[in-house]
Amino acid sequence: MFGLTSMSTISAGKLLPALALFQSGVKPLVHLDSLDIAVIAIYFAMVLLIGFYLKQKSNTSEDFFMAGREMTAWIAGLSFISANLGALELMGWAGATYEYGILAAHWYWIGAIPAILFLGMVMMPFYIISKIHSVPEYLNLRFGRGASVVAAVSFAFMTVLMSGVNMFAMALVMKVVLGWSMTFSIVVSSLAVATYVTLGGLRSAIFNEVLQFMLIWIGALLVPIFGLIEVGGWDALKIRIVHNIVNGPSYLHMWSTTGHFADNPMGIQWTGIVFGLGFAVSCGYWCTDFLVVQRVLSANSLRSARMATVIGSFFKMAVPFIVILPGLLGLVVLQNPNGSMMHLVDQAIVSAHPAAGLHSYNEVLPLMMVRYLSPGLLGLGITALIAGFMSGMAGNVSAFSAVWTYDIYQPLLNKHASDSHYVLVGRWVTFLGVIISIGAAYMVMQATGIMDYVQALFSFFIAPLFGVVLVGMFWKGATKAGGFWGLLVGTLTSVGMWAWVRIDPSAISIVALSPNAKAMAADMYRGLWSVMVAMIVTFVISLFGKPRPVEELNGLVYGATTMPKEEPVPFYKNEWLWTGVAIVCFVFLNVYFW
Amino acid sequence: MRFIEISIWFFIGVILSIYGLLIFSYGIFELITGQSAHVMLANLHASIWWGGLMLLLGLFYVLRFHPRAK
Repeated sequence: MFGLTSMSTISAGKLLPALALFQSGVKPLVHLDSLDIAVIAIYFAMVLLIGFYLKQKSNTSEDFFMAGREMTAWIAGLSFISANLGALELMGWAGATYEYGILAAHWYWIGAIPAILFLGMVMMPFYIISKIHSVPEYLNLRFGRGASVVAAVSFAFMTVLMSGVNMFAMALVMKVVLGWSMTFSIVVSSLAVATYVTLGGLRSAIFNEVLQFMLIWIGALLVPIFGLIEVGGWDALKIRIVHNIVNGPSYLHMWSTTGHFADNPMGIQWTGIVFGLGFAVSCGYWCTDFLVVQRVLSANSLRSARMATVIGSFFKMAVPFIVILPGLLGLVVLQNPNGSMMHLVDQAIVSAHPAAGLHSYNEVLPLMMVRYLSPGLLGLGITALIAGFMSGMAGNVSAFSAVWTYDIYQPLLNKHASDSHYVLVGRWVTFLGVIISIGAAYMVMQATGIMDYVQALFSFFIAPLFGVVLVGMFWKGATKAGGFWGLLVGTLTSVGMWAWVRIDPSAISIVALSPNAKAMAADMYRGLWSVMVAMIVTFVISLFGKPRPVEELNGLVYGATTMPKEEPVPFYKNEWLWTGVAIVCFVFLNVYFW
Repeated sequence: MRFIEISIWFFIGVILSIYGLLIFSYGIFELITGQSAHVMLANLHASIWWGGLMLLLGLFYVLRFHPRAK
């Protein structure tokens, strides 16, 4: 009924060249039925339909770049999480769980929830009251053009490069999993994203992100459900991991093995997790990376913006169910065709032994999908992965477009153009951003080593930016020079530490406080040191300058801002109540999985 | 041309209904013909109940957020 045999009537001579475009020649992990193909095709048709429909409502710059600032809390909140929930996030962390165990959940809980709630409850009022279009624009209002341009240029440059790296990585996965050629994956998915974001702007990106969020959950949720049914529940899974896996107990605890670097497979200590991940890296990403902040700025009121982050925090807490749990289940259920236990390995080993039939950690989620999902449902699972990739990419290009237009083009190149001109620039820049991303993807394809450098580069800017914004937002004495030099020296500190460890690997014992620390720990501590340096430099330089008059800081700085009074609402709609509930859930999860 | 405001939830309802219908139909086809896919736990007939749930959820969203329902 749904088989591919119906295609046999097509002339083989016409079909073969067409197939060559889609297929890479690599034996795929997954064989899609025509029902699966139909599910994927319907998804592409729907996202394009939404883009064309919303083109009518993206004629002003507020509409195109800020979605008219009229999104409800639910739409802004789901979009906020969806933009973060890329396919690599799904597959990468499922793979990391297979490799390191439940420690990977730190990136969803302490590495996200406190920062998300801090953004909503503490920082968002300043972002909303000052009516900024971007985080660099906040820097401009608070510290002047210098710091803003440094942040805008670095963000714009790194966003499109990161988008390209993600595009490459996704195409690589599609090649391994589906056997699609990399060019086909890159061109089709990026053109779809370019079309709907160019047409409908941020509103289209947000609408599609909400759709993609739903599809990610519906497509991926069956895997952990079936996995738990197969192993006999959570307790049975724990028993099998403890008995079957070497150091099995360390795969099931989030905190009890982090007393020392050598006690856990990640080579990280609790101070790195709490202060490096939970404070520096997480706050840098969730509170100042415009990719995610832009979604919340589109909310229709301060209360909606705050509720958006709270709603997002609950879903972020739940994501481990579709990412971490499949990784753990993979440890005990995946089998080779001969019935023996399958052991996934590092991608480098897979690449070194192409004929051995090995699979990498990152393939655990697709392998679990193949294990349980029948035709149609498998298409839905693959659609979830594609949707994840596209939501991440749309987030990148829409943020790039806004930052380029508002923080680089308008102030530096063309100050007095009409509103429609800036919308046109935004559309072109969106398209151009996708083209540059494709170029970056091919650059990485030629030399995969570049990928590590680009990912490291992105991390250089985010943590120091948070340090500078934090000082500027909570201290009236911070000056223009303080902000500029804080950002610059903080970034250089991060770059310097990264280069130091690269040149002399033994330096990790200084940067990450232990010779037993591994790369992940070094990243966390590097983030922490760069935030601290950025804050200290901003503070010290500001002491030697003259602060701006308090009346100029209204809407920008705590203590100088009149907070708007919000209409009273029933208790169950109060954002502070739900923030409290989120904190209780967060604490409970960490204690339960201690 | 007048812009007709359509909620994102309506679009989600449409795609869930289509997916639900396709997957539910395939599940019924499997059940009638006995041609189950070679996957673990195929005996649970996930296509029927998951597809059915999607169809119901999708129809709910379509009706609840239909542009004419405002």
